[in-house]
Amino acid sequence: MEYILQPWPWYVSGPLIAIIMFLLIYFGKTFGMSSNLRTLCAIGGAGKKVKFFDFDWKAQRWNLTVVLGAIIGGFIAHHYLSVPTNIDLNPETIQNLNTLGFENAGQTLLPAELYSWEHVFTLKGLAILILGGFLVGFGTRYAGGCTSGHAITGLSSLQLPSLIAVIGFFLGGLIMIHLLFPLIFG
Amino acid sequence: MIKYLKFLVVGMIFGIVLVKSEAVSWYRIYEMFKFESFHMYGIIGTAVITGIILLLISKNFKNINGGLMTVPKKDKGFKRYIIGGTIFGLGWALSGACPGPMYILVGTGVFSVLIVIAAALLGTYVYGILKDKLPH
Repeated sequence: MEYILQPWPWYVSGPLIAIIMFLLIYFGKTFGMSSNLRTLCAIGGAGKKVKFFDFDWKAQRWNLTVVLGAIIGGFIAHHYLSVPTNIDLNPETIQNLNTLGFENAGQTLLPAELYSWEHVFTLKGLAILILGGFLVGFGTRYAGGCTSGHAITGLSSLQLPSLIAVIGFFLGGLIMIHLLFPLIFG
Repeated sequence: MIKYLKFLVVGMIFGIVLVKSEAVSWYRIYEMFKFESFHMYGIIGTAVITGIILLLISKNFKNINGGLMTVPKKDKGFKRYIIGGTIFGLGWALSGACPGPMYILVGTGVFSVLIVIAAALLGTYVYGILKDKLPH
């Protein structure tokens, strides 16, 4: 039990993610979480105005069920399968974050400086979450997939488009962290 | 209903693994892009290696419906993947949440992530509007 309550090492987590992908393919589906965003737009009636959302979303109910399961899984893992532990960050990372104004780095899953209500309800805090979410939603659909669809499924099936997309993910991530973070948080 | 149960269970395992591996943590994404830890590279690397092996072994297996085990093929192209991917990466690094973790985080009780989800829905919607005008 102690092993379960502690954070799981990468060499356990990575193969488990591959098994999740494999199970979904075995069930005749695929591992792609970002498609649910399109499905949710369609359920909201976006198909009446925009052709891209005019499809039979009911065929995607299985994937929404995966989302529901993921929410429940997040709840179970956080409340019943974890003991309070700090994220084992590199001291250098903690130092770096400190200079950007992030205190207590690694003591929670998400930084209070971005996700606590106190910060969410400032103009800057709200703008950051909206901009981040918007770019994720726009970019993932433009690229035709996200970490699950491209980085895990696409690379596992040796597809070149997914490799290009993953290179893009990193390009964007590196630009954000190395060039834009000092401007946004400095 | 019963046919959806397996998807619910797979989703639950997914949520548990991503929380326990800390892949849902903003900090883990940050340190990955800073090259200051091996953790995320280890997760993605072993997931891909295991995935390649599983897909190779099962190439001639039948799936649960008796059909072939097929992975959907991505369309050929370059622009949409590099441009779309870069836009995604910018948002991923800023919010720390990609489209799986954003739901899982709601389960862990961080309800402010709902704002990120709402914005991601808006981003997806705007892509749908602009799709035919964008280079692919």
